[in-house]
Amino acid sequence: MSATAATGRSLVEQFESGLDAPICLTWELTYACNLACVHCLSSSGRRDPRELTTQECRRVVDELQRMQVFYVNVGGGEPTVRRDFWELLDYATAHDVGVKFSTNGSRITPARARALAANDYVDVQISLDGASAEVNDAVRGPGSHATAIRAMEQLASAGMENFKLSVVVTRHNVTQLDDLEAIASRYGAQLRLTRLRPSGRGADVWDELHPTAAQQRRLYDWLMERGETVLTGDSFFHLGGYGDALPGLNLCGAGRVVCLIDPVGDVYACPFAIHDAFLAGNVRDPGGFARVWRESELFTELRSPQTGGACASCGLYDACRGGCMAAKFFTGLPLDGPDPECVLGHGEALLAEAGRAGRIPAPATDHSRRTPPRRALTPRAPTPRTPTPRPCDESPVASLKVIG
Amino acid sequence: MSVSAPGSFDLDRPWRLDSQVSIRPERFGALAYHFGTRRLSFLKSRKLLAVVEGLAEHPSGREACRRAGVTEAELPAYTRALERLAASGMVIERGDP
Repeated sequence: MSATAATGRSLVEQFESGLDAPICLTWELTYACNLACVHCLSSSGRRDPRELTTQECRRVVDELQRMQVFYVNVGGGEPTVRRDFWELLDYATAHDVGVKFSTNGSRITPARARALAANDYVDVQISLDGASAEVNDAVRGPGSHATAIRAMEQLASAGMENFKLSVVVTRHNVTQLDDLEAIASRYGAQLRLTRLRPSGRGADVWDELHPTAAQQRRLYDWLMERGETVLTGDSFFHLGGYGDALPGLNLCGAGRVVCLIDPVGDVYACPFAIHDAFLAGNVRDPGGFARVWRESELFTELRSPQTGGACASCGLYDACRGGCMAAKFFTGLPLDGPDPECVLGHGEALLAEAGRAGRIPAPATDHSRRTPPRRALTPRAPTPRTPTPRPCDESPVASLKVIG
Repeated sequence: MSVSAPGSFDLDRPWRLDSQVSIRPERFGALAYHFGTRRLSFLKSRKLLAVVEGLAEHPSGREACRRAGVTEAELPAYTRALERLAASGMVIERGDP
C-alpha cells in the first residue's frame, strides 16, 4: 500500500510540494523582551507599536482552527510579557490549536505552572544555552540561568511532564551536552537542541559562536547515539552527510510545511528568516493567513522543484539537500550553494572568500533595545547587562512517523 | 474485558482513534497529530484515512478495512499500518463491543 505507488512520489517530494496548511507554524507574539540574548533570531527587545491586537490574534487563531493547523510554536521576544498572553493561550487551546511556547521562564509562577500542567494542549520550552551559569549567561544575560532553572523547578513541582529544555548549540555549550541532558532529566523534561543560526542578532555573533567543524562531527555522533530521545526540530539536517540521516524529515520546510507569523502579522516563509526576501504577505491582508499560505508567489516558488545549484553534483546532496536557506542567506552565501557548515567544508571555503561582507544582507527589522548590551561571548569573561529572548524554532517534522 | 497488550494489534478486535488525535486530510492521505504524545504521523493514502475514520463504527479492524474497500491482497499492509498506529497510541482498543 502506498501512496508512493499510487502517486509515484516519495514522502519527501510530497512535503516539498507543500501542504494545504502548515503542520505547525512559528508565531512570534511580540518583539518585546526582558532579556537581550546575543543570538536572538528576531533581534527582539522593544515592542513594536503595530503589534497585532488581542482581537486580531484571536482571528488568526480562528483561521488556524479552520485550516486544522495542529499547533503553533509561540515565541518572541518573550511571549509571556504580553499582557494577554495567558488569555490567548487559553483561547487557542480551546479552539483546537495546540500551543508550544518558548520562554526564558521569568514569568512562570507556581500558579501558572499548575495551570500549564493541567492543559494537555500546551507544551513549554524553557530556553537555556549552557549547563553552567557562566556559559549560559554569557549569551543570555546575567541571572538568566538561575531564572530558567527556577522555572523548571516550578513546572516539575506542578506536575508538568515532558516539557522541553531548549538549547541553541554553541561552540561553548557543545561540550556540555551530557550535563544539559542530565539537567533536563532532573526536572522530567526532554532535551531539545537547535542550531545556532546567523539570523537577527545571531549574525553578529555567529562567526564566534557557531560550533567548529570538529564539534559538529561530535554533535552528529552524539545525536545519532541518542536517536529520538533528544529533539532537534529537524535543525541539523545539514549534518546528514556525515552518515545516516538524523531522525526527522530532513528537508527545508520553509513555505512547505512551516512558516512564521511575526508580531505585526507579517508572514515569512522561514522561522529563521525575518527579512523582506522571505516575506510573503500579512495576516491583515484580504484573505488573511490562508490566502498567504495558499497563494503567495513566494510560497508557490518555494514549493516548485529546486535545483541543487553548485551542490547538485555532490554525492551527499541527497543527505543534506543543500542545507539551511537562512544560514546561507545571512552569511552572504548563494541559496543554491553549500550550507556555511557543509560537512565537506565547501561552505567554509566560500566564507573565506574575500568580499563576502559586502554580500551579507542588512537586517530588515531590528527591535533591539537602543542601548545594546555588548557582551563578551566567551564564558568567564566579564558579562554585562540586559538579558533575553529566545529563538523559536521548530519544524515539527522531527517526530514524524511514516505510517503505511 | 480483555485489552491487548500495548503494541500488539488484533485485527479482529474493536478499535478507535484516540480522543487526543486530530486528523487532517491532505491530497496524498492525511496527517495525524496526537496532542498527548505530540507525535505526528503520516497516513500515506486516502484509503488508510477511511479505514482509520471508520474504526469506531465497526466491530473490528478487519470490518473497518473491508468497508473502506481494502482488498484481501492489501490487508496485510493495512494491518501493519494499523499496528504502527496502535504502537504509537494513535489508535486504541475499545472496550468490549
